[in-house]
Amino acid sequence: MLAEARSEFLAGVSSVAPILLGVAPFGMIYGALAIAAGLPPGAAQAMSSIVFAGSAQFVAAQLIATGTPGVVIVLTVLVVNLRHMLYSASVAPYVQQLGRRWKWILAYLLTDEAYAVAIMHYREPTPLKSKHWYLLGAGLALWSTWQVSTAAGIFLGSRMPPTWSLDFTLALTFMALLIPALTDRPSILAALSAGTVAVVGANWPYKTGLLVAAVVGIAAGVLAERRGAQAAPEEA
Amino acid sequence: MPETTLWLTIVAMGVVTYAIRLSLILAWGRVAVPDSLQRALRFVPPAVLSAIIFPELLRPQGALNVSLGNMRLLAGFIAAVVAWRTKNTLLTIGVGMAALWALQAVARAIP
Repeated sequence: MLAEARSEFLAGVSSVAPILLGVAPFGMIYGALAIAAGLPPGAAQAMSSIVFAGSAQFVAAQLIATGTPGVVIVLTVLVVNLRHMLYSASVAPYVQQLGRRWKWILAYLLTDEAYAVAIMHYREPTPLKSKHWYLLGAGLALWSTWQVSTAAGIFLGSRMPPTWSLDFTLALTFMALLIPALTDRPSILAALSAGTVAVVGANWPYKTGLLVAAVVGIAAGVLAERRGAQAAPEEA
Repeated sequence: MPETTLWLTIVAMGVVTYAIRLSLILAWGRVAVPDSLQRALRFVPPAVLSAIIFPELLRPQGALNVSLGNMRLLAGFIAAVVAWRTKNTLLTIGVGMAALWALQAVARAIP
């Protein structure tokens, strides 16, 4: 049993090894951006440990830099991270046999990347018994990489001149995530309407533009899908 | 933002994020997730990501700029093509940054 737990854990770690190559620069850029946004180093690092959600941290750092009220920042982070509810639902049936402590730890480690590798492993038709060690291994490898790379970014942050335009990597990273996901009309409509509202609402009070844009985009996607389902019920 | 408010905000962000991740693991078997919610969640990533990307490309200095002088829009367009053709994150970032730096160098050379 112990040997099995160990090998599952190590398999989890090695499953995210290639992903870590992308996570490390991302963490460094976050650390550097957070410092550029005026966050004290301790707070920038604490955000990586407490929140542990890359895209939400980028957005939060930007909002903090522009003096957005805390309530709006927290609401925006809520919307940005809502997708994790899907991961929570999807992993849930596989972790029901575990104790409460395991559920709490695994939920904390449930990032996009950890979910992506763990759910593939869970769906393999092999015994479930020790697979939570796989998720733990993947999650902890990602967590430690995120912490170390954030620290490196904080350290290097003041040494990277603004003319390098490193903040542009945020938009580029998100484009790499967004574009392959635009596989059907409702998703494209959700993206276009959210993007348009965000451009129009960029100067709305309290930086609520992003929040409203996301809600409008989600609503547009749902409506488009509903209309599409009515038009072609066999495709629904 | 005052230091205390900043820390409270960070902790609240952490609580919200953790609550989302834990929610359906704990609720599984007790509450059925409504179909409509599951369908709506599918549109969270495209909506949120676009809401972040569009202003970065179209209002890089704050004002709307849809011209050839908007280097981030041009570099972003090139990166979008790379993302579409390759689905490779690191390559998209690499090509996008290289394009932006190249455009900036050209802009400096032609006053």
